Amino acid sequence: MSLLISGARVIDRNGERRVDVRVNEGLVDEVGTTLDPREGDQVIAADGLVLSPGFVDLHVHLREPGREEAETIETGSRAAALGGFTAVVAMPNTDPTQDCVEVVDFVARQGERAGLCDVRPSGSITVGRAGTQLAPFAELAAAGVRIFTDDGNGVQDPLLMRRALEYADGLGITLAQHCEVERLTAGAVMHEGSCCSRLGLPGWPSIAEELMLHRDIELVRLTGVGMHFLHLSTAGSVELVRRAKADGLPVTAEATPHHFSLDDERLASYDALYKVNPPLRTVDDIAAIRAGLADGTIDAIATDHAPHVPELKEQPLDEAPPGMLGLETALGVSLAHLDMPLAAVIAALSWKPAAIAGIDDRHGRPIDPGEPANLTVFDPDVEWEVVPARLASKSRNTPYIGVGLRGRVRHTILDGTLVVTDGAATR
Amino acid sequence: MAADAPENVGGTPVEPGAKQVLGSDDVRRAITRMAHEVIERNRGLDGVVLIGIQSGGVWLARALGAEIERIDTAVPVGAVDASLYRDDIGLRPVAPGSVSDLDFDVDGATVVLVDDVLFTGRTVRAALDAVADYGRPSSVQLAVLVDRGHRELPIRPDFVGKNLPTSATEEVQATIDGVLIS
Amino acid sequence: MVARSLLTVEDLGAAGALRILDLADHMAEVNRRPNPKVPALRGKTVCSVFFEDSTRTRLSFETAAKRLSADTMTFAVSQSSLNKGESLRDTIETIAAMGVDAFVVRHRSSGAPQLIAGWTQASVINAGDGWHSHPTQGLLDAYTIRTALGRTGGLDGLRMAIVGDVKHSRVARSTVAIMRMLGAHVTVVAPRTLLPPDTGDAFADEVTDRLDDVIADVDVLYLLRMQQERMSEALVPNLREYTARFGLTPARAARLGQQTLVMHPGPMNRGVEIAVDPGELSGSVITQQVTNGIAVRMAVLFDLLGSGSPAAATTDDIREGLTA
Repeated sequence: MSLLISGARVIDRNGERRVDVRVNEGLVDEVGTTLDPREGDQVIAADGLVLSPGFVDLHVHLREPGREEAETIETGSRAAALGGFTAVVAMPNTDPTQDCVEVVDFVARQGERAGLCDVRPSGSITVGRAGTQLAPFAELAAAGVRIFTDDGNGVQDPLLMRRALEYADGLGITLAQHCEVERLTAGAVMHEGSCCSRLGLPGWPSIAEELMLHRDIELVRLTGVGMHFLHLSTAGSVELVRRAKADGLPVTAEATPHHFSLDDERLASYDALYKVNPPLRTVDDIAAIRAGLADGTIDAIATDHAPHVPELKEQPLDEAPPGMLGLETALGVSLAHLDMPLAAVIAALSWKPAAIAGIDDRHGRPIDPGEPANLTVFDPDVEWEVVPARLASKSRNTPYIGVGLRGRVRHTILDGTLVVTDGAATR
Repeated sequence: MAADAPENVGGTPVEPGAKQVLGSDDVRRAITRMAHEVIERNRGLDGVVLIGIQSGGVWLARALGAEIERIDTAVPVGAVDASLYRDDIGLRPVAPGSVSDLDFDVDGATVVLVDDVLFTGRTVRAALDAVADYGRPSSVQLAVLVDRGHRELPIRPDFVGKNLPTSATEEVQATIDGVLIS
Repeated sequence: MVARSLLTVEDLGAAGALRILDLADHMAEVNRRPNPKVPALRGKTVCSVFFEDSTRTRLSFETAAKRLSADTMTFAVSQSSLNKGESLRDTIETIAAMGVDAFVVRHRSSGAPQLIAGWTQASVINAGDGWHSHPTQGLLDAYTIRTALGRTGGLDGLRMAIVGDVKHSRVARSTVAIMRMLGAHVTVVAPRTLLPPDTGDAFADEVTDRLDDVIADVDVLYLLRMQQERMSEALVPNLREYTARFGLTPARAARLGQQTLVMHPGPMNRGVEIAVDPGELSGSVITQQVTNGIAVRMAVLFDLLGSGSPAAATTDDIREGLTA
């Protein structure tokens, strides 16, 4: 059966056009100003909607294996598809860790079995993410892993990080860093600044992120090996990456929707829903993140989707785990809060992260005949609010309750198959 | 209208459009009569103490005490705060500065409780409990300047300045300068 | 009517704080009686839920509740099933189901009483949460100063210096806040390592690390406890140096003004923040702080739970009852 998407504004890396698109047998088959429906076509009326390459999330926690009560690869994939994502990079802080081929294969297979999203497991930089011994990069690369990170933690040992970069050279992989100098953030539950002083809470100073970022940028300069930087959260970090790029260094960066939409005053309610690593920061940091996305310093929007069961988030701040959901609200928050052309937002959600993840042979492709059909159709204008009970994620820890969102996915097509129709998953 | 607004005389605010039913001379005469009655009823002033109920009864207890001293001899005068003994919401809220002040022994005394206006009787009931926490009087009598009716408890005054029938919605204010209804 | 809670002094505001201080006068008088008990909270149940050890504060609250004739329940963490993994929320909801009018909560996490207030209809009284707030301590400190100096109303023009580990001190946050709300001028004296990250105008009127510059000019000297545990966090090199720079030594005590009050929230680390015998300090009101703690806590309980209290009464009821 084929799909005919008619009347959409088609936006891809080559620009914007108003064309009809036919998808058949996993590929974009035909593109034309007006295509007449043929027998066997399922017609998707897309007037007023945008058709773009499916989004790619560089940073999601699917929790399986190890914490399936919060999310599984299946429920996470469904949430991703509803958010317009046709591919996600699954973070390695599972239990057991994604530091060996067995676990990585398991995650990939679970993703295929769910069939809702292209799940690409990442590997850890160190065994068990313990920060002392390098993980087997080559073995994991052979199993298809492209991104390596100890996310959840940063690699504290500078010598180890140098060795990791040198060893990674030439393997066709990218090391990614969660920048946090742990000695400076012990016990912290929110950003260090005037808000935490008032609330009597230990704070995470911006410099804890910037120091490691600076270190790694210099290691990139020294070794010539590129790196990707996860969830930038401070104005200082954006400026460091801007200068590194100006110096021609091979670095890329991402930012989460919560870091360009929510500030640290949210913590005044002491609600652990707003506790996240790195923490929500000030309005000046938010402005810098938005500016960084607008001028390309920050390449990608990545959600850092981090599900937690409600009981864990209903605890006092110092006991609750950090993390927020993000997959189903990413588009809505991005369009509501970023003052950028729509094509630029889609770039940050789609082909730029696809390139960083090394999957731009299948995702973020131009919408032309012969290309893999990983697409999403969304309404860019509809205003809506998230209802936690209606989320596909197994968890409910979204910080966007009561926050106005703009833009919502209607259909998602994975390898030519509709996985989301009219805002509902097909399986 | 706040009960604890400044410049309130006798703890009650002055309502515009009020009707004066007793003038200052009437009040003075009533106090003098009541003073005589207290002395007569108790066959002298042995063991008699006056306790004004905060905050409306305090000025009256002092005035009554001064009159008794003028006629006969001085008696101890104190004040009791009944607001911590209330059985219902909102009647006579706790007012700043209206602390109990009894620097004499209540055990075996003849206590004359004094209040400006007697209405439902609940304040007097609470004041009785308050006094009981200081000791065990040999008897308790009640002196009020105005009895406006509408009793909800079996409380009756021993000494009354003036009986004043009122409707339940009216307000009565009693001070040394007179009694107003509004 | 939705129950009111006391989570921070800031929530009370200056008017609310004065109301509590005035109510505390009534309660102090009750406490001077041979039988210090009134029936004001008869039929109410007050449950102390202390997740952090504090016999002194807990006893103070329980005494306060009992003097108002309330029934008391105690839930101390060592006896609790929290150790068996029951969540904070389940614990609170279980106790609330037994019919509780007020929770008195102490927890090592800032914000815990605020979370608890969202889970129950009962009043929640913060008896100390993490570094954040200890409103009844702030109130009893203000009350102690007011009565010791024979003042009524606010504390305009009063000069206080508060010395020590302000960063980790909920007592400091509450006492500084209430003093400034009532018109006092507060100087914080501490090394930078013991200050919160942001010490702007919202925090104090002045910040200094030189105690000797201010000690002779203040009306109130407030000493905070310097905890041994802080040594391991590289905040202060050692206690000897702390005492030399910030402690109330005999030399400093000699420079105190004749009328200057000396205060401490307790328990004291003798020889550290206070290196003289408080019994020999004419301005010490440290024991009065403890005594006043009961009167102030009675005032708080009555304000939140008492009928006839200004908090419980509506304007109409006040009007109706004025001439009873």
